[in-house]
Amino acid sequence: MAHDVISQKPTDFKIVPTSAIPLVAIVYIGLLIAVATNRLWALDFFHVVGGACWTAIDLFLGFVIGPIIGKMSIPARMEFSKKFMPKMVLLMPTLVIATLAGGFQLARHEGFILSSDKHHPWVVASMIVVGVLAVVALGFLEPANIGVLFELKKEHPNGEVIGKLMKRFLYTAGITGVMQVATLIIMTRIATL
Amino acid sequence: MKKNLPPISELSVLALAVVVAGGVFLAAHLPKHVTLVPTTIAVVVAGAIVLVNLFLLRQIKEFDWKVFTTVAKWTLLAYGLIAAALEYIFIKDGSRGSVLTLMTATLVIFAINLPIHFGFTVARYSDKTN
Repeated sequence: MAHDVISQKPTDFKIVPTSAIPLVAIVYIGLLIAVATNRLWALDFFHVVGGACWTAIDLFLGFVIGPIIGKMSIPARMEFSKKFMPKMVLLMPTLVIATLAGGFQLARHEGFILSSDKHHPWVVASMIVVGVLAVVALGFLEPANIGVLFELKKEHPNGEVIGKLMKRFLYTAGITGVMQVATLIIMTRIATL
Repeated sequence: MKKNLPPISELSVLALAVVVAGGVFLAAHLPKHVTLVPTTIAVVVAGAIVLVNLFLLRQIKEFDWKVFTTVAKWTLLAYGLIAAALEYIFIKDGSRGSVLTLMTATLVIFAINLPIHFGFTVARYSDKTN
């Protein structure tokens, strides 16, 4: 369809914001040091800070930003996506790995992972929620994100392709938002048992 | 938009779900001894799906392999590093023998499956074919 191809000047944005890679490297090195030294504070820091940011971003994206983007025109979505999505390419995997690695080590450190521990059923529940989140994020969200960015890089981005991928992005962002509510329930339960 | 391409994305998501389910089962039972049968089945099934996907990829005649390769190689680098970090954590935690082998196989499948999935998802919408 002719109206689906949106005329636009070639864009010069970066799909991966390379200037942020050193920051990501610092987080990864810090995480590995925390795991290697097995220090409670460091593990707790990565799990709590990473988890709080991950949950807050997913909830905000799923329930606030997502519905707003859904009502925007395709050119407006494209403009927003060009500025927003490259940041997500680096930010989300970093937050996820910090949260999960920190959390798994923390559960081991505190003995929550032992099947005899009273926290164990909740820890397993959190693993199942994280498993669903991983499939949704890596199976749908991230490839849709990268697909939109590649489309936006073209001289004449196809609005139909962007609309289709963005729809997938927004639906799955809603699912991750719901899963994050489950995470909040599980984590507050573990903390108060 | 391209039509009539094999269901590589769908199979990749299935492989991811299977491998994650196997990993969660194993992690939920660590460190006590547990049957490795469910996780082994998950790893074999996911590995077979990845092989089927590689075969299906080779059958595609018109496809933007340049875009596919660009996305796949960077995804392989990123998720390869993440898989390596997770492997280090498993070894640091004292995982050995069959459990470590299964965890390693899980991570290898994870690190190979995602580049195929990401590369295919992006390249299928590309205008160029070669």
